[in-house]
Amino acid sequence: MKLTERKQWFLKGMRHGIPIMLGYFAVSIALGIAAKNAGMTAPQATVASALIMASAGQYIGFTLIAAGASLLEVIVMEAIANARYLLMSTALSQKVDPALPMRHRLLMGLWITDEIFGVSVSVDGRLNPYYNYGMAAVATPGWALGTLTGVVLGNVLPVRVVSALSVGLYGMFMSIFVPPARKNPVIAGLVIVSFALSYAFNALSWFDGISSGMKIIILTVTISLAAALIFPVKEDDHAA
Amino acid sequence: MRHNVYLYILGMWAISYLIRVLPLTLIRREITNKTIRSFLFYVPYVTLAVMTFPSILSATQTPVSAAIALVAGLSMAWFGLGLFPVSVICCAVVFVSELILVH
Repeated sequence: MKLTERKQWFLKGMRHGIPIMLGYFAVSIALGIAAKNAGMTAPQATVASALIMASAGQYIGFTLIAAGASLLEVIVMEAIANARYLLMSTALSQKVDPALPMRHRLLMGLWITDEIFGVSVSVDGRLNPYYNYGMAAVATPGWALGTLTGVVLGNVLPVRVVSALSVGLYGMFMSIFVPPARKNPVIAGLVIVSFALSYAFNALSWFDGISSGMKIIILTVTISLAAALIFPVKEDDHAA
Repeated sequence: MRHNVYLYILGMWAISYLIRVLPLTLIRREITNKTIRSFLFYVPYVTLAVMTFPSILSATQTPVSAAIALVAGLSMAWFGLGLFPVSVICCAVVFVSELILVH
């Protein structure tokens, strides 16, 4: 890997990290408010966000800490809430160069979030780790500073602004799954099925006891597996 | 609080990191099984779609502004607008529609 190539991917990652950063800033304000309500200090909440980078996982963790749960309980719940990252990490293992050195794999693992994953997995061809690093360099401060802002002045920021910024991340998701859906009718069908089943899962009270992270995993595994069995991908499709 | 919060934060970080890093470090070859390859090909799209809907509807002050942003985002992405414009315009759509919808 040449130095200029690394630099180009890093800069591209930083550019694509800007919408992630803005969305993170907005979403993590709510997280900061939750942290404050759970009795955490500003440094504690900010450090947690800078390290953990997981919205649902952090919410659950903060709530359990406030409730006086044991360390083991918190770790088990954290594992359940974040288990979807196993799938994402597996997908990324097939997206990077098989010869990618271990140190890059260890580093990339630090920043597998829904958004960074979504953007990295949609690049053409092989994923260059420097693209991830660029995104993480911009997005992580957004998450940490948003949390800090939430703890310190969560109630001062205009609700309108927070509300508007909150859809930024969803806009990003759409710009990732819609273009391939336009090209590939199977993906288009899957998006519709995913929307419908996800809606049903959230509307039906039978599933109330399941955490949102768990719902995402159950739906992702079921729908993707069914699709893989019914519509196995031809090898050249992987380039899409 | 009775416990050391930083110990809890460290524990939360460690388990999250393990989950994120294990497949990436353990699976170091191309998977050749066709079903698994197809499964992994579909995973990102399905998971992003599942995470978008219906949770976008509860992200804003009123589900109506989010629904407008959803339709706007889907259309803009369909017609080829990139990550940044789609994301920013969705925010703007919510802001403007809430000026009218929310008093």
